[in-house]
Amino acid sequence: MKLLFGRPKGLTEIKQRYCPGCGHGIVHRIIGELLEEMGIRERAIGIAPVGCSVFADEYFNCDMIQVPHGRAPAVATGIKRVRPECIVFSYQGDGDLAAIGTAETIHAAARNENITVIFINNAIYGMTGGQLAPTTLPGMRSTTSVKGRDVVKQGYPIKVCELLNALDGPCYLERVAVDTPKNIIKTKKAIKNAFQYQIENKGFSLVEVLSMCPTGWGVTPVQAKKWIGEVMAKYYPLGEFRNKAKETK
Amino acid sequence: MAEKQLMYGNHALVEGAIYAGCRFFAGYPITPQNEVPEYMSIRMNEVGGVFLQTESELAAINMLFGAAAAGARAMTSSSSPGISLMQEGLSYIAGADVPVLVVNVVRGGPGLGNIAPAQSDYFQSVKSGGHGDYHTIVLAPNSAQELFEFPKLAFELAEKYRNPALILADGLLGQMMEPVEIKGEPVDPKNLPEQDWWLTGCKGRERRVIRSYDLRPGKLEEWNWRRWEKYQKIINNEQRYEEIQIDDADIIIVAYGTSARVSEAGLRLAREKGIKAGLLRPITLWPFPSSIISELSRKIENFLVVEMSLGQMIEDVKLAVEGRSKIHFIGHPGGGLPNAQEVYNKIIEIRGKR
Repeated sequence: MKLLFGRPKGLTEIKQRYCPGCGHGIVHRIIGELLEEMGIRERAIGIAPVGCSVFADEYFNCDMIQVPHGRAPAVATGIKRVRPECIVFSYQGDGDLAAIGTAETIHAAARNENITVIFINNAIYGMTGGQLAPTTLPGMRSTTSVKGRDVVKQGYPIKVCELLNALDGPCYLERVAVDTPKNIIKTKKAIKNAFQYQIENKGFSLVEVLSMCPTGWGVTPVQAKKWIGEVMAKYYPLGEFRNKAKETK
Repeated sequence: MAEKQLMYGNHALVEGAIYAGCRFFAGYPITPQNEVPEYMSIRMNEVGGVFLQTESELAAINMLFGAAAAGARAMTSSSSPGISLMQEGLSYIAGADVPVLVVNVVRGGPGLGNIAPAQSDYFQSVKSGGHGDYHTIVLAPNSAQELFEFPKLAFELAEKYRNPALILADGLLGQMMEPVEIKGEPVDPKNLPEQDWWLTGCKGRERRVIRSYDLRPGKLEEWNWRRWEKYQKIINNEQRYEEIQIDDADIIIVAYGTSARVSEAGLRLAREKGIKAGLLRPITLWPFPSSIISELSRKIENFLVVEMSLGQMIEDVKLAVEGRSKIHFIGHPGGGLPNAQEVYNKIIEIRGKR
C-alpha cells in the first residue's frame, strides 16, 4: 500500500491543542515538512515562546527549548553561537516578538545573527484571551479595546518587517499569509528560504506569517480567512522586504 | 611549585573562568564590574570562545540559557541593578534545571543606589530572587585567589546538581590586587562529557526538550518536590566555610566576603588584647553553613554578624542558632564599609555586657 498523505517526520504524534480555524497548525505542518524535506530535522533546535505556541515544544519532532516571554532570539543566539552546525529557529507570536521581546528581536536582527525567526502575526493575544496586541489594527476590537483600537489612546500597530527593514543587519525579511492555498504555498517557500539562508550562513531571517485567530477575533474560521485578505493584508502588505542572499548571488 | 601572579580580582575571575573551561560570556556594561567584560572580550578572542555584549541583562541571561542548554560552560557578570533584570531568566533556568554561572559584583542599593561595594543582594541571591520555589548555589569569595578558583567550583557544582550558580563579590574584591596561585589543571571544554539533556540535534537519538513548565494537574508539584530532594542533597553535602581561631573562641564573628576580611583584622586586634574571638566565614551562602553554626551555638554565648547591608545574612544565623545564643550586629548599608576598629569595639562592648 502506498501512503499518499501522512504526518511529516518533523511533527510528533502528539495531538495539537490549537482552536478550530487557527493558523498555527498550518505553519506547524509547513515547518514539520521542511524539517524532513530539507534533511535538517536531526540538527534542528527549535525554540518555543510564551503564548498559544508555547506547546510547540511538544509538536516539533526535534530538540526543543521553551523560553521566557519574548527572549527567544537571545536564547537562539546562545544556542547558535555554541552549536553553529545546528539549525536554530524560534517560533513566536506577536505579543512575544513585537511587544515584550522587541529589543531581543531588533538586536538579533541588527547582529545579523544566523538564526531563523518564524513570526506568527494574528493581531491579538490568543493565549490570554484576546487582549490588544502590538499588531492589533486601528479600530479592531479586543478585550482591552472593546470599542476598537483607538490610536489616540493606544497608539499604532507595529509593522515588524518594515521596522526591521530599516536595519542594515538582517539577511531575509518576508511577510506571507496562510489564508488561502496559494498563500500557504508561498509561506512554505518563504520558510524554506529562511532555513536555506541559515544553512548557507547568510544570517538573520524572519518570516512574518499573517495568521487566523477566529477565537480571539470572535468570528468563524471562514470569516477569519476572509478578513486576512480583505483587511489585514491591506494594513500589512505581503511580500519580500529584504533578501541580501539573492542580492549577493 | 604552582605559578603565582599578581592580579586584580576582576582579572583573576576572568582567568579562573577561562581556566574552568568557560567559552561563552554574554553581558551588559555596568559599574563596578566593567573590567570583567572588557578583559573577557580580549581573553575569549584569544581562546576561541564567544564574547557577546548584549542589548540588556535580559538578553544576557537568556543567551546563557541557550548556550548552557547547548552544552557550554556559560557565564555572565553584572552588578546589582543588572542582576535584578536577570531574575526572570534565572527563574526559568532554575525551573529547567540548567547549570549556568552568574557573577554579581554587588553595589549599593536599592534602586540605582551607588557604585560602592555592598552585600545588600544577599536575600535576592539565597532566597530565590525570581518567582517560584527555587535556589541558586551561591559562593562568596573573599580574595583574588578565590575569585580565580570559584568559577571552576561553581561550574562543577552547577553541573553536578543541574542548577544555576552565583558568585557574589563586590567592587572592592574586584579592584584589589593580590597574588594568585594558578592551581590545578585547566579544563578543556572539548573534554567535558556530553550530558543526556544537552540540545545538540536529535541525530541517532530521541529528541530532547528543555522546559520549565508542566500544566498537567499535580505534575508541577511532583517536579518541585523532586527539586526539593536535590536541594536537600546540596544542603547536606555542600556547606562550605572557613574557620579562623574558632577552637578556643568565646565569641564568634560571622561574616563573608569583604566583611570577613575586615572582621579578620578586627579579630587580630582582639586577640592582641587576649580576647578569644573567632571568625566563621561562610563560603557557600546557599547552602548556608547552618550545621556548623548550629553546633557552635551549643557552646558560644555571643555571635557577632558583620554585613554590608541592613542585616540579611543575620536571619540565617538566627535560624541556625535557634535562640540558643545572642546575636549582635554591625551593618553598613548603601555602600558603607565596616572597619577593624569598629569590629574590635563591638567585641569589647559585647563582652562588657556579660
